[in-house]
Amino acid sequence: MAYSEKVIDHYENPRNVGRMDESDSHIGTGLVGAPACGDVMKLQIRVSDDGIIEDAKFKTFGCGSAIASSSLATEWIKGKTLDEANQIKNTEIAQELSLPPVKIHCSMLAEDAIKSAIADYKKKNDK
Amino acid sequence: MTNCEIKKQTPERPIYMDYQATTPLDPRVFEVMKPYFLEKFGNPHSRSHQFGWEAEDAVETAREHVAALINADPKEIIFTSGATESNNMAIKGLAGFYGDKKKHIITVQTEHKCVLDACRHMEMEGFEVTYLPVEKDGKLNLEVLKAAIRPDTLVVSVMGVNNEIGTIQDLAAIGKITREHGVFFHSDLAQAFGKIPVDVEAMNIDVASISGHKIYGPKGIGAIYVRRRPRVRLEALFNGGGQERGFRSGTLPTPLVAGLGEAARIAKIEMADEFKRLKKLHDKLYNALVKGIPDVFVNGSKDGFPGNINLSFAYIEGESMLMAIRGLAVSSGSACTSASLEPSYVLHALGVGEELAHTSIRFGIGRFTTEEEVDRAIEIVKNNVEKLRAMSPLWDMAQDGIDITKIEWAAH
Repeated sequence: MAYSEKVIDHYENPRNVGRMDESDSHIGTGLVGAPACGDVMKLQIRVSDDGIIEDAKFKTFGCGSAIASSSLATEWIKGKTLDEANQIKNTEIAQELSLPPVKIHCSMLAEDAIKSAIADYKKKNDK
Repeated sequence: MTNCEIKKQTPERPIYMDYQATTPLDPRVFEVMKPYFLEKFGNPHSRSHQFGWEAEDAVETAREHVAALINADPKEIIFTSGATESNNMAIKGLAGFYGDKKKHIITVQTEHKCVLDACRHMEMEGFEVTYLPVEKDGKLNLEVLKAAIRPDTLVVSVMGVNNEIGTIQDLAAIGKITREHGVFFHSDLAQAFGKIPVDVEAMNIDVASISGHKIYGPKGIGAIYVRRRPRVRLEALFNGGGQERGFRSGTLPTPLVAGLGEAARIAKIEMADEFKRLKKLHDKLYNALVKGIPDVFVNGSKDGFPGNINLSFAYIEGESMLMAIRGLAVSSGSACTSASLEPSYVLHALGVGEELAHTSIRFGIGRFTTEEEVDRAIEIVKNNVEKLRAMSPLWDMAQDGIDITKIEWAAH
């Protein structure tokens, strides 16, 4: 089980690690997974008034592949509309990171995290 | 991944801290083994010429060294391919010989997989097995053991030192109980042999398993101790030429046997000093990592074998920790790192919650671990714990005063 270079890169050179104010109406917060499963992802988006994701932050409790999947997710959704971000498939994440079969579920959780953040934003803004 | 790619990631080799998984060969052991590969290559069972005799001499010398380390008679030592085979021989062999009348086996939930699996196999053969629980520190409660013994109990199998958490069982006390009840006592000594004093006479041990590659000997060799007074009978696992008193057919691998013998000889001499040295290094790790970092917990007992320190780093998942500290070769009780995606059953038996089991790392130090390596390890761990906690939503929640155990998670 050697570590994939891309996965290590997301840990050694973290991008978008952080938190945003959950109470801000421009922020959508997605929280998925469970500590008992060894995977918890928190993904947050800041959405502009015209529905573009301006900024994204994440924090993850999980293996290297989980960290990389959520990190990549935040990179990809920046600049996209909510609808575009909702289209992102876990298979694309898995392919980009060359995840082995046993780690595919990490990319699925990242896809869930995106959707969860978007759903939270929409709920807060009743859209 | 090609070897080039792996080398690029870890330009120097990582610091080895996985001594429970295996140990490097002691160079002194290697010297003793060498002649038996190219020059003295004879089959030790060849009775009619010098090639056989000199190989046989090496085997018998090794046998004496192995026996001496546990106060056994050389005639009671049988060489095998390793502790897994010895554990199988013990459980299946005793059941095979005495299983008509004695159909109950007692073991412990924290035993090595091969013991547990051999017991499960015996359940399919019509035996009943009791898997005893342990206390929070991994120790077996002797009252619980006594209560489990029945008139038809064949054997109690309890390991000397646990491979995951380093807990040392009170073998003498267990042996006293089994002897009183007329039950066989088997102990998997893979992690105990040569590390803590073991006396099969004083401890009333009837059968014991020994591993070569856990005490700076070669891989592929081990031994089984089988008591002769009073005589313990074992059904052999496989048939053949009847070598090793009929217990274990097959040509003995002379260099490996010689290696195990030399490893045992060295261990007997150096065991006490090594224990003291490891205790110092262990305490350094403990003070820096457990006392020096918040929310780090020891899995096992504080008075376990000092070469083993198993820690849970709350709010950080184990595999991400392993990747982060890849300058250290250690292992984890995290689900991600086991093929089955289930966290360690040993930690589960201790009552360690699943979240903390996911965060566990086992540091294993040994004969060749230096103080510099321990210092470097402490530095690497501290830096990465900080970094991973800064990335962890659970750490945030804990800092915010949220009780994580009370949250309803949307599990997937």
